[in-house]
Amino acid sequence: MQRTSDQASDTKRWGAGALVFAALAMVGGMSNAYVISLLTIVLLFTFLGQSWNLMLGIGGQLSIGHALFVGIGAYAVAILNIKYGVTPWIGLLLGAVIAGFVGAVLAWLSFRFEVRGIYFALLTIAAAEFARIMFGGWDYVGGMQGLFYQAPSGTMDLGMLRGDARFYYFVALALAAIGVAGTELISRSYWGYVWRAMRDDDEAARALGVRTFRHKVLVVSISAATAAIGGGVLGLVQGAIFPDSIMGMAISVDVLIGPVVGGLGTAFGPLVGSMAAIPLHHAMGALGDSLGLPGLNSVAYGAVLILVVWFLPDGIWPAIVRLYGAIQLPARGRISQLRKAEE
Amino acid sequence: MTALLEVKNLTKAFVGLVAVNDVSFSLQAGRITALIGPNGAGKTTCFNLVAGALRPTAGQVLFEGGLLEREPPEAVCRMGIARTFQIVRPMKDMSVLENAMVGAFSWTTNVKEARDKAYESLENVGLAGKANARTDQLTLPDRKMLEMAKALSTRPKLLLLDEVMAGLRPTEAAGVVGVLHRLAESGLTILLVEHVMRIVMEVASTVVVLHHGAKIAEGKPSEVVADPAVLESYLGAGFHA
Ligand SMILES: Nc1ncnc2c1ncn2[C@@H]1O[C@H](COP(=O)(O)OP(=O)(O)OP(=O)(O)O)[C@@H](O)[C@H]1O
Ligand SMILES: [Mg+2]
Repeated sequence: MQRTSDQASDTKRWGAGALVFAALAMVGGMSNAYVISLLTIVLLFTFLGQSWNLMLGIGGQLSIGHALFVGIGAYAVAILNIKYGVTPWIGLLLGAVIAGFVGAVLAWLSFRFEVRGIYFALLTIAAAEFARIMFGGWDYVGGMQGLFYQAPSGTMDLGMLRGDARFYYFVALALAAIGVAGTELISRSYWGYVWRAMRDDDEAARALGVRTFRHKVLVVSISAATAAIGGGVLGLVQGAIFPDSIMGMAISVDVLIGPVVGGLGTAFGPLVGSMAAIPLHHAMGALGDSLGLPGLNSVAYGAVLILVVWFLPDGIWPAIVRLYGAIQLPARGRISQLRKAEE
Repeated sequence: MTALLEVKNLTKAFVGLVAVNDVSFSLQAGRITALIGPNGAGKTTCFNLVAGALRPTAGQVLFEGGLLEREPPEAVCRMGIARTFQIVRPMKDMSVLENAMVGAFSWTTNVKEARDKAYESLENVGLAGKANARTDQLTLPDRKMLEMAKALSTRPKLLLLDEVMAGLRPTEAAGVVGVLHRLAESGLTILLVEHVMRIVMEVASTVVVLHHGAKIAEGKPSEVVADPAVLESYLGAGFHA
């Protein structure tokens, strides 16, 4: 009985996801350049948010230095492509492998020496800042002046991942879809179960046979590798990369906004959160510029974040799910459930 | 008869207090043994030592004849020793069913297999009807049963139960006693900490009594309750309380 209801809600979730992405594909076919470029960033940060979400929302490990992995991916693609003409596909793969390795080493060393929780998070910041300064002083990769891609010729080339803005929109859309579906699949796989168990209670998980040490290293490594893929594409979309922007603290923060606002540990949260936060950031930026108040975007952004975290501490998406449940249930005459849903 | 678990001269000293003091006992396979003693006697500490959650100050634990030495809790579990926590520790953002699935992943990576095992464990403890509930919707006795289901999912050879029946109504406790007997008949070895003497008399074939960290008696339930040292330790504890 329970099993069938599980399956029913599975089908619903996947159906809803497919609909959302079909709608986004249509939007990509119709919208103007501004909307396209804005949504491309939204979708890329949905994917990056998923990567971060995997690590904290499912694996229970906090990173505030995801810019490190984003930057590794961006540089791997850019160096190979700009200096050697190698296809970004290879760069993405290599970047993912390197970032996955760096993440694994960082996690292994930290957890081995009992650097956990907030101290691990501080270590990720330190590692990202170290990498940013190192890349800034490294002439081979352009130092602080960064690396520039050739302007796209306008003809689409899937093999070289080059094309116009609309092309990158669909690349970002595909990544976001992979991110959402991947999170959903992982969270219901063997890894997902043991990761959520160690997230909720490390000691209890160990007592049930979960080898939490290796699983923590694994989740950090996979999160790092996926962040590098997002970073590689982000660099291509932006057309240039600089250590201060691609490896800066701002990226680390932008990566976590989506899942925090949208709903930690959920498959749709990072999408919903990015959809809400990034356009707001841009709109406030534009408003601030026109009013001659250049800091307005940051202030408004911060205020909205505080409001969301204050009033919807588990994020927008779970609140929507609860609201939906509250509307649905009384119709089936289960009022008592409504009270539970409201708790 | 072979001993599944052998505890030899087990000692654990905390700062200023010896919680377990030179305790030895062994568990026969397929039997239910009760570990009793007043509050603070060292029962939970004993569990922690066997389960690898604490390192002994001295003494040894042998499981299936092999020495457990510095094995971390997850390794001990994978060898076949599962434990419940006296202070329940549900994974709070996972459903009852998902909680019960975690243990199964110590022997399978197949989600369906884990889910089937979890249902079986939940059925064993009478929680199958609440499989999709959140853990914070469970009553405390149900959470204790969930602890037991989680442990059962690991397919243990030895099950360490720390006061799982506390708070159960007599009829419910009788049901759990029945479950324990069935599990023991199917070959599972059980060591349980239990304060209600009536339950101890019903389930256990052997009782080990701890007091101030030391073993003061061991034997059949009927012998142990008649032991003057045991009576005194409980009465003494009563006067202090
Ligand atoms: N980690 C620890 N550090 C210091 N002292 C501890 C620690 N764990 C337990 N103790 C002490 O060791 C003694 C034995 O505790 P333990 O929890 O093993 O008793 P118990 O027999 O399980 O009691 P109860 O019936 O109350 O559960 C107590 O005095 C307790 O305060
Ligand atoms: Mg205890």
